[in-house]
Amino acid sequence: MTSPLRPDPLFSKQFCASDAAVRILLAELRKWLTNSGLDEDICGSVEIVMAEALNNIVEHAYSGAGKGLVDVSVTQQTAQLSFTIRDEGQPMPDLRLPDNQLPDANGPLADLPEGGFGWFLIHHLTHQLSYERQDDQNLLCFTFTTNNFGKT
Amino acid sequence: MDLHSAVENDTNIITVNAKRIDAGVAIQFKDAMRASAVDGPARVILDMSQVAFVDSSGLGAIVAAMKQLGGGHKIELAALTPDVDKVFRLTRMDSIFVIHSDMEQATSSRRAG
Repeated sequence: MTSPLRPDPLFSKQFCASDAAVRILLAELRKWLTNSGLDEDICGSVEIVMAEALNNIVEHAYSGAGKGLVDVSVTQQTAQLSFTIRDEGQPMPDLRLPDNQLPDANGPLADLPEGGFGWFLIHHLTHQLSYERQDDQNLLCFTFTTNNFGKT
Repeated sequence: MDLHSAVENDTNIITVNAKRIDAGVAIQFKDAMRASAVDGPARVILDMSQVAFVDSSGLGAIVAAMKQLGGGHKIELAALTPDVDKVFRLTRMDSIFVIHSDMEQATSSRRAG
């Protein structure tokens, strides 16, 4: 049953959080985006953001336990693709999005950062970005602006 | 993680035979880099032409690979594919590593450098 008033997800997947499952989801999503005619540059940005968001869920929300549900869905509203990721893991610290800051890389070799890039990439590449804690679930939503989606 | 190492003109050319360096293989990558580089020449060129995707864990593993070799080795990168190049540029890690557009440029820059 479909409603003409609310857009059904164009892409929707549920899986159990693990590095391997994230890899599979990213491959499926990338293939779907490419087949939908999205610019490769935007496909790449979506994959980067999705990888960082999902890795964060595997490593932090579910603390590497590898058995939490993750739900990914994509909808389209005119020239925007909206991505929603739900999980039932631990909430974000302070119930808010982590900062949009690159780690300091100006020090000597031994002090170069080996992490802390993920949220910077998510903030930088998305158009809109929001986080909510809702009914014991984390809800991360972000959009990408696109003008040629679904035109091939 | 499949890395292939070949020494040419006192340069260790390490080819990454993998499509991705991501959270699932970051630790294996770092360990394989140590094994491939630690006893070899100081100059290391990492041929990234087969790597279509690097996430922030993979990026961290490349930085960690350089750090664990200490000051005695220098890792340069060559032939970054578009999504990988984007991650290096946005995180400004392109200012930490010497990056060559392709392997030919990487190997010919030896004499100039």
